Amino acid sequence: MLSQKRNRSRAAITAALTLSLLAALPFATAASAAGNAAAGETTYKAKCSGCHSLDANRIGPAHRGIVGRRIATVPGFSYSSALKKIKGVWSPARLDQWLKAPQKFAPGSKMFLAVPDAAQRQNIIAYLQSVPSKPSK
Amino acid sequence: MSNIMEEQTHTRRNLFKTAGIAAAGIGLATIGSPLLAVQKKNTRKVAGAGSDVGVMQGALALEHEGIAAYRIAGGSGLLSKGVLDVALVFLGHHEAHRDSLAKLIMTAGGKPVQPKTDADYIAALNIGALKSEGDVIKFAAGLEQGAANAYVGQVAALKDRQLSRLFAQLGSDEAVHWAILNNASGGAIAKDAYLFG
Repeated sequence: MLSQKRNRSRAAITAALTLSLLAALPFATAASAAGNAAAGETTYKAKCSGCHSLDANRIGPAHRGIVGRRIATVPGFSYSSALKKIKGVWSPARLDQWLKAPQKFAPGSKMFLAVPDAAQRQNIIAYLQSVPSKPSK
Repeated sequence: MSNIMEEQTHTRRNLFKTAGIAAAGIGLATIGSPLLAVQKKNTRKVAGAGSDVGVMQGALALEHEGIAAYRIAGGSGLLSKGVLDVALVFLGHHEAHRDSLAKLIMTAGGKPVQPKTDADYIAALNIGALKSEGDVIKFAAGLEQGAANAYVGQVAALKDRQLSRLFAQLGSDEAVHWAILNNASGGAIAKDAYLFG
């Protein structure tokens, strides 16, 4: 009798947890896909600005307009042959892979700093997507 | 209003005076640090040379940029004596970092990346837009924060554990610079732990 009650309680708890997780899932997916551009700007300034700027080639290439741009094509920047070999454009998904493990994405490239936190990566990408294609005057 | 501003300026100068003494102390402490032992060890052999050289080249480029920024901003006439004194201490740290990295790169068989021209740095960093001492301090704080993050964030990529130690030292120096500059510019301190990396 006691055992049946316990089993029913366990089943109820499992069902409730499953429902709550399923209910939260679409929101979590949407949030991670979109990212938070404002938070991304803060993270970009802290983590990326040591080597990068939006409008100048420094240790790394300029970033304005990177999302959707062909890989390794910023004029005036000397890219590694490893990155030049990569075809296609910087989609948000590819930028995520790059930021997660640059040496896995393009072994031998010049970038070694990884951003292991998935939310931070999404925020940085959201920020880069939000930046106007031309600087304001 | 002007009294308040004068008081704030005075406080900032005092802060820098104190910070300058502290920074000079750190600089002296670095002389006797394990970095020298790292250099001696790495004179014999740098393990995981290939990718580690790449990481060091990026770091060296970063140090070249920092040195140029301090030198150019320091010569701009925008800095008061107290602030300039601290800037020169920080400049000395970056020069020491540059020398260590260049030496290690050469030891590993690499050719150290060379600095760009001042004109390049002025354009890339938009140094011409700096109009006041406060602008310079905020600008330098941003560079130091980026540098500290760059060092801490690249430790995991290093193959040689002694180099990891060196990068921890370099990152710590930059973090100290950032803390002093951020405080002087009235910047907020992050509430969450793990400020770098």
